Amino acid sequence: MKKSHIIGIVVIAVAIMIIMSTAGDASTYVSFGEAIERAEDGDMTKVHVVGRLKKDQQDHIVGMQYDPIKDPNYFTFMLVDTNRVEQQVVYYNPKPQDFERSEQVVITGNMQQNVFVADKILLKCPSKYVEKDVAKTASL
Amino acid sequence: MINTLIGDIGHASVIVAFVAAVVSSYAYFMAARNRTEASGDTSWRNFARIAFYVHSAAVLLIIFSLFNIIYEHRYEYYYAWSHSSNHLPLHFMISCFWEGQEGSFLLWIFWHVVLGIALIGFGRKNKVWEAPVMAMFSFVQLFLTSMILGVVIGDLKIGSSPFILMRDFMSDAPVFAMDPNFVPQDGTGLNPLLQNYWMVIHPPTLFLGFAATLVPFAFAMAGLWKGKFTEWVKPALPWTHFAAVTLGVGTIMGAYWAYETLNFGGYWNWDPVENAVYIPWLVLVGAIHTMVAYRRSKQGLRASFILVIATFILILYATFLTRSGILGNASVHSFTDLGLSGQLFTYLAAFAVMAVALLIYRWKKIPATQKELSTYNAEFWVFIGAAVLCLAGFQVFATTSIPVYNSFMGFIGFETNIALPADQIEHYTKFQLWAGVAIAVLTGIGQLLWWKKADKQSFKDAITMPLMLTLLFSSLIIILSNRFDIFDFKLDNPVYITLFVTSLFAVFANLSIILGLLHKKITLSGGAVSHIGVALMLLGILFSSGYSNIISQNNSGLLYSREFSDELNRDNVLLWRNEAIDMDKYSVSYRGQFFEVSDVPEYVSKELIFRTADEYMAIARGDIKVGDKVYFKTGDTIELPSPENTYYQLEYKEREGNNSFVLYPRAQVNESMGLLASPDIKSFATKDLYTHVSSIPDPNEEKDWGELKEYDVAAGDTLIINDYIAIINGIEPIKQVPGVQMAAGDVAVQADIKVMGEKKTYHAHPIFLIKDQMVGRLPEEVEDLGLRITFMNIDPENNRFKIGVNATQKDYVILKAMEKPFVNVLWIGSIIMSIGFIMAIFRRNEEGNPKPKKTSKPQSKREVQAV
Repeated sequence: MKKSHIIGIVVIAVAIMIIMSTAGDASTYVSFGEAIERAEDGDMTKVHVVGRLKKDQQDHIVGMQYDPIKDPNYFTFMLVDTNRVEQQVVYYNPKPQDFERSEQVVITGNMQQNVFVADKILLKCPSKYVEKDVAKTASL
Repeated sequence: MINTLIGDIGHASVIVAFVAAVVSSYAYFMAARNRTEASGDTSWRNFARIAFYVHSAAVLLIIFSLFNIIYEHRYEYYYAWSHSSNHLPLHFMISCFWEGQEGSFLLWIFWHVVLGIALIGFGRKNKVWEAPVMAMFSFVQLFLTSMILGVVIGDLKIGSSPFILMRDFMSDAPVFAMDPNFVPQDGTGLNPLLQNYWMVIHPPTLFLGFAATLVPFAFAMAGLWKGKFTEWVKPALPWTHFAAVTLGVGTIMGAYWAYETLNFGGYWNWDPVENAVYIPWLVLVGAIHTMVAYRRSKQGLRASFILVIATFILILYATFLTRSGILGNASVHSFTDLGLSGQLFTYLAAFAVMAVALLIYRWKKIPATQKELSTYNAEFWVFIGAAVLCLAGFQVFATTSIPVYNSFMGFIGFETNIALPADQIEHYTKFQLWAGVAIAVLTGIGQLLWWKKADKQSFKDAITMPLMLTLLFSSLIIILSNRFDIFDFKLDNPVYITLFVTSLFAVFANLSIILGLLHKKITLSGGAVSHIGVALMLLGILFSSGYSNIISQNNSGLLYSREFSDELNRDNVLLWRNEAIDMDKYSVSYRGQFFEVSDVPEYVSKELIFRTADEYMAIARGDIKVGDKVYFKTGDTIELPSPENTYYQLEYKEREGNNSFVLYPRAQVNESMGLLASPDIKSFATKDLYTHVSSIPDPNEEKDWGELKEYDVAAGDTLIINDYIAIINGIEPIKQVPGVQMAAGDVAVQADIKVMGEKKTYHAHPIFLIKDQMVGRLPEEVEDLGLRITFMNIDPENNRFKIGVNATQKDYVILKAMEKPFVNVLWIGSIIMSIGFIMAIFRRNEEGNPKPKKTSKPQSKREVQAV
């Protein structure tokens, strides 16, 4: 066998390894129900959950707690997933500043005991581009 | 008044540019046909040239029109309104130009024009290439100009014009229904994160890199088309180097911008937008290696074709990823979706299909040698190096494309829910680190073999010295770092040790090459120089990322039982104003909020600034001085160039030792984007200290003031307010009140109160005024102490007066601080790598255009290589 063939085979093998590892490391978007099931099965892989903040009738956010004076690294809130399941989420970091304004929240993490521990929070805020308020600059 | 003329000029120019690109590509195509070439007829070529010049002139006119709209603040145009504002300085107006998709397309088009004209000039010397290469250029321009065409035919929207008027863009807005000629007074401004000098030069550099990848691609395609399978490599090679260096420098600039402006704590976040450029760059560097190998030994031609074509297709893929909106949730900073995804896909598909089909069609005709390479052939190792680069690129590609898989599956009717890996850093590192190791080893071996005879003995001779130095140095550093406490890091992780040792080897091996070439021909050492740069970059990345150390651990003792009490990250610390906290070897205090003031070289305390209704104007409450020089006197009007940014003064003092320094991390609360915090970095020789604000009390929330306590006092009294001793010095009438127009009959009196804080004494001057028979009170806040003092009332008969005091919680910031060892090595390495590339451009360019008197040069070079 020629050297170039051996190298070719090695390259293909590495490429297959890359594809398999990508598939293995890729996370999934799940609901809280499935996240809880995974945790019960002892599967600690991190997942993505998409949801909205829990609000009461007056549109106030419910169950959110951040007291930087007590602990600047503890932020907790209630998230309602697409199946309308509520779950307490804990984030060991300061509260993202525009959190209340977000329309949709994507969290990455896993269930630990009875709470979902998030290590990343991605906020989808009302689009900066489309909903810019002309009237505001108009009044100036 | 709406100025429609400039927009019409711009839009007409876009159409002219598009039509001229169509004409030029057709005419160049005709000129490149074998029949035309054989007949010696140059009329098609001359016609095509004119069309390309017309295209170029039109492009310049588009740029002029768009910049004029921004520069003259013509907010009747959506582009100016959404990307610019009245207060932007000129250099940021330039960044506005390419903040939007349309402007960045224009930038790209502009660079193609510049390169195209350079190639036409080049073509005059080297006639055979002009027609086929420029046909490809014009064809690309046709697609790119179509992106900003802004023509709607039925339901089909072709391109998005930057010259659209507000009233057409927002035809539903009621304000335009009332008055179609309404012009907004101000724009909504440039994204604050982009208001940075790097954003003035990073995009043009990056797009020049994008544009430059077209040159080797166009040459490769011309070579395939015209059957010049081998000749294209020589003229294309310097351009390939040029593309690699501009794309590389552009990417590094972006990384440096991220390091300095964003607060994720590093220079690389594996964001799809970053990856999208990194992938083609890796493949492009791979292409350079196969092309250089081909130039020396006539091997690797097919690989060169594949890699050059792949680079260009990947650039188009990057464009598709970042601009089509397909990334959605996956990226923080891609462009907004302009509804061009179909058009972008067509662009990508057209070139991918055309290039791949042509390559397959011509594949058999591309000469390939069947000669087997021996292990002592440098080319053998160069090819392995190219393969490693491509595999590294492929790994990033496979993961970055995850959002594309979802869309594709959705398109063919399956619902999938794959997400990007939860821990991206870990995922990418586990391959990229080993790719780094392989590349470090290969650069050493490859270079050593390249300049030696291809046999075992001479290789042994060459490698002995670098290998010994590597072993010596690395064992020294490993032992020192583990046994003795003289470094900030402990090099004990076997994976890191591997990368460290191999990178050191690459440095020494390439250094030995440079030393060897010093007394022969130093200009040949471009490869060795850039390889040293790469090795240094690897070292810089290893230490700055692998040994990044968060020093702002929360150890305030306030921890109380939560769901988990253990090792979880507590990387943010709350700092009360003027209360020092220990971090690492420093004692850190938060000293207050500061602002930038025009013409003052340092930041100015908020306490000295009296804000007015105009955000950008303020009045000095006291003398503003730096050192002994007074810049503004009390009552002077001062200008705030960036009123939205607050700088938080942090004093770092070494607990043992007398060194201290001050950092000003920046934050602003942006209406649409939340808290935008940028770090301040203190650079030492061996590390950077990186500090950013991670949270502040919400400035929009009214402060919670305690109950008002009134005191009835006279001049000279001493009293205790909220645990601080205060002395009433007296009252005095004043003529001017900041921010108030005083008329005849108006009276203003200010009290002079001295408050003794823990660290220093504060003077408060609350004002009591009677204006137009109405009582007004201007309280003064002592933010350091959390006090607000109001002059309540005056009793002139008894010479007594009343003051009121409210107390609040003190001001605080929450911050995160980390050390990044040897991050400078990364930046230095990238500069050295670029120098190496530039040396190679000159060398390869000389080869490409041999000067008549230097005809003997190729032989002499052979000799050097053979030695």
